[in-house]
Amino acid sequence: MNSIVKACKSDLAPTVLELDVNNHAGVMSHVVGLFSRRAYNVEGILCMPVGDGSRSRIWLLVKEDERLEQMVRQVEKLEDVLGVQRHGAAHEVFERLEEFFQ
Amino acid sequence: MNHDRSGAPEAAGETLSGAEIVVRLLERQGIRRVAGIPGGAILPFYDALSQSTRIEHILARHEQGGGFMAQGMARVTGEAAVCIATSGPGAANLLTAVADAKLDSIPLVAITGQVASSLIGTDAFQEVDTYGLSIPITKHNFLVGSARELLEVIPKAFSLAVSGRPGPVLVDIPKDVQNERIVVESWPAPGGRLAAPAPEPEPIAQAAALINAARRPVLYLGGGVIHSGASAEALRLAETAQLPTVMTLMALGAMPVDHPLSLGMLGMHAARCTNLVLEECDLLIAVGARFDDRATGKVAEFCPGAKIIHVDIDHSELDKIKTAHVGIRGDVAAVLERLLPQVEAAERADWHARVAELKAAYPLQMPGLDDPRSPYGLIRAVAEAVGDSATVATDVGQHQMWVAQAYPLRRPRQWLTSGGLGTMGFGLPTAIGAALAEPERTVVCFSGDGSILMNIQELATAAEEGVNVKVVLMNNATLGLVFQQQTLFYGKRIFSSKFKGVPDFVKVAEGFGWQTCDLDHADDPGAALRQALATPGPMLIHVGIDRHEQVLPMVAPGGANKNMIGD
Repeated sequence: MNSIVKACKSDLAPTVLELDVNNHAGVMSHVVGLFSRRAYNVEGILCMPVGDGSRSRIWLLVKEDERLEQMVRQVEKLEDVLGVQRHGAAHEVFERLEEFFQ
Repeated sequence: MNHDRSGAPEAAGETLSGAEIVVRLLERQGIRRVAGIPGGAILPFYDALSQSTRIEHILARHEQGGGFMAQGMARVTGEAAVCIATSGPGAANLLTAVADAKLDSIPLVAITGQVASSLIGTDAFQEVDTYGLSIPITKHNFLVGSARELLEVIPKAFSLAVSGRPGPVLVDIPKDVQNERIVVESWPAPGGRLAAPAPEPEPIAQAAALINAARRPVLYLGGGVIHSGASAEALRLAETAQLPTVMTLMALGAMPVDHPLSLGMLGMHAARCTNLVLEECDLLIAVGARFDDRATGKVAEFCPGAKIIHVDIDHSELDKIKTAHVGIRGDVAAVLERLLPQVEAAERADWHARVAELKAAYPLQMPGLDDPRSPYGLIRAVAEAVGDSATVATDVGQHQMWVAQAYPLRRPRQWLTSGGLGTMGFGLPTAIGAALAEPERTVVCFSGDGSILMNIQELATAAEEGVNVKVVLMNNATLGLVFQQQTLFYGKRIFSSKFKGVPDFVKVAEGFGWQTCDLDHADDPGAALRQALATPGPMLIHVGIDRHEQVLPMVAPGGANKNMIGD
C-alpha cells in the first residue's frame, strides 16, 4: 500500500471506484455531491477525458465503510454515469501519482 | 404526420428560436397546461408561449405555487407536468416544490430561465446557480448550451421524469439560447416512459416460496404501488394469499381502507392494532415502499420477527434501511404479475383470528365522529358529502394526519399529500393543479391555519381560474403538531407555536374573491357543510378547532412503533 492510500483517515480499508461518465461541466458536481451530502469523504479523485473527449473517467479513492454499497447504487443512478467498477486498494492508478504528493 | 399549430402539415426546415422550439416540443409532448410566473430571463419563452393555441398558462402568484400546481396535475394523472420560472428568485422560489416532488417521486419538468450564457458566473442581475442548487433535489438536471440541444434535452427530460422511479427534472435555459434561431429540419419523438428491465425470475420464485410458507405475513404497500398503477395487482395478491395489508401515507387509496384485509396506515400515527400486527408478523412483503422512519419507527425494532421481501424499481432502495431476505428489483406491476401465479391461495384462519383480536382490542379511537365541528367528525362529514369521486389534498400538520387516519380513501390517485418533504403550503396550489387537470371532480383541500398562510396568495389564482376547490380550514390558531410535540416531549414548554395574531380567514378569502362558509357560526353545521361542498367554484370552509386536540395515537420520534402514546 503506497503512502497516498495510507494517508487516508480512519482504519477502514481503502477502495478505488472507476466511473465512466459523460464529459460536461456538471458531472463532477453530481458525483461528488452524492458523497458530500452523506458526509462520506472522498479521499482521492482523478479525472481525465477519454477517447474523443465526449466522455471522461473518474477515479475515486474512498474508505470502504458499510455505506459503500449504497453509495455505488446511488452513483449508478446518475444519468451521466455510464458505468461503475469497484477495485481494491491495490489498484495502481493512485500509486503512480505518489511523486506528486510528496 | 405532425401538425403545427394551424393544423397544416409541418414545413421542413423552419427557422425557429430556442423559445419557439421549447413551446413546440411541449405541444408535441401533449402538454396542454403549464403553471408559472414570467420574468426577465424567461420572457423569450413566454413570448413564444403567447403564440401557442394549444398550451394554456396558469399564472401562479408565487413560483412555489406554480410548482405545486404542476405537482397536482402530475399526481392525479401520473403524467409529467410542467412548471416555469424565471432566473434567480424565480428559480429559488421553485426549489421547494421540486424537492417535494423528488421525495415523493412525482414526475415534474421544471423549466427555468437563466441569464445569458455570457453573463453566467458574473453575479449578473437575477443570477443564481440554478443548476448547482437543483442537483441534490432533482432526478436529473440540464443547463442548456444551445438551441440545437433543446431538441434532445426536452424530450429526454420528459422521458427521465416518468421512466423508472418517477421524479423531477429541471431544464435551465439561458436567455440567449431561448433567442438563438436555428433551422429545424425534423422533430424528435416525444419523450415517453421507457420500460423497466424485466425482473429476474429467481427472487420472484423465492418470494413466492416465502409467502406460501409464511404463517403470519403482512403486505406493506408504498407509494410505488400508486406510481406503477399496480393497485389492482396488489389487491389480488392480498386476496389470493389472504395478507393483512398496511399502507404508507403515500399508498393510501391503493387498497380501499374499508377492505376487510386493510389495516390502514402504519407507523407514527397508525392505529395501535396496525403496529401491533406488524410486531407479530413473520414475513413482511414491502412493495414500492422505502422503510421511511415515519413508517418504521425505530428501525431495529420494526417487525422484529419477520423475514423481508422488498420489491422496488430503485435498486438503491433495496437494503438501504433494512436488509431484505429477498430483494426484487423491478416495476411493481411487472413483479406482481409474475409473482401472482406462483402464490398459493391461503386461508390463514389462525392469523386472521389474531389480527381480528388485535383490531378489537386496539382500534383507532375517533372521538367526535358525529360532530362536524370536531376533527374526525368534520373529515367524515366531508367524505360523506363529496363521495369517492372527489380528490382529497392536504397541507401538512395535524389536519393531514387526522385525514390520513379517518378519510375513507378508496382509489389510487385520490389522495394528494406531501409525504417525504412534509411541505406546509403544499395543499392549496396542489389542489388547484388537480382541479385544472380533472375539472369534472370536486377537489377538497384540508388545511390548517399555519399551512394555508404559506401559499395563501394562490387563493387569487384559484379565483381567477374558477377551480372547483373546497378548502376545509381547520383553524386552531396554532402550529398544531409543534404544539403537540412541545406538549408531549418538551415539558409543555409551548414556544413559538401559538399565534397571537390570527387573520380573519373568512374575510381574507372573501377579499380574494372566494365564497366562504364559517361552520363556527352555522346553526346546522352539517347542513351548511353539505351546501358549501355542493356549491360549484372555489369555497373556503372555516372551522375552529381546539388547540389541545391531539393526533393520537403517536409514536415518539425515534421510538419503536410498539410504544404508542394515547389510545
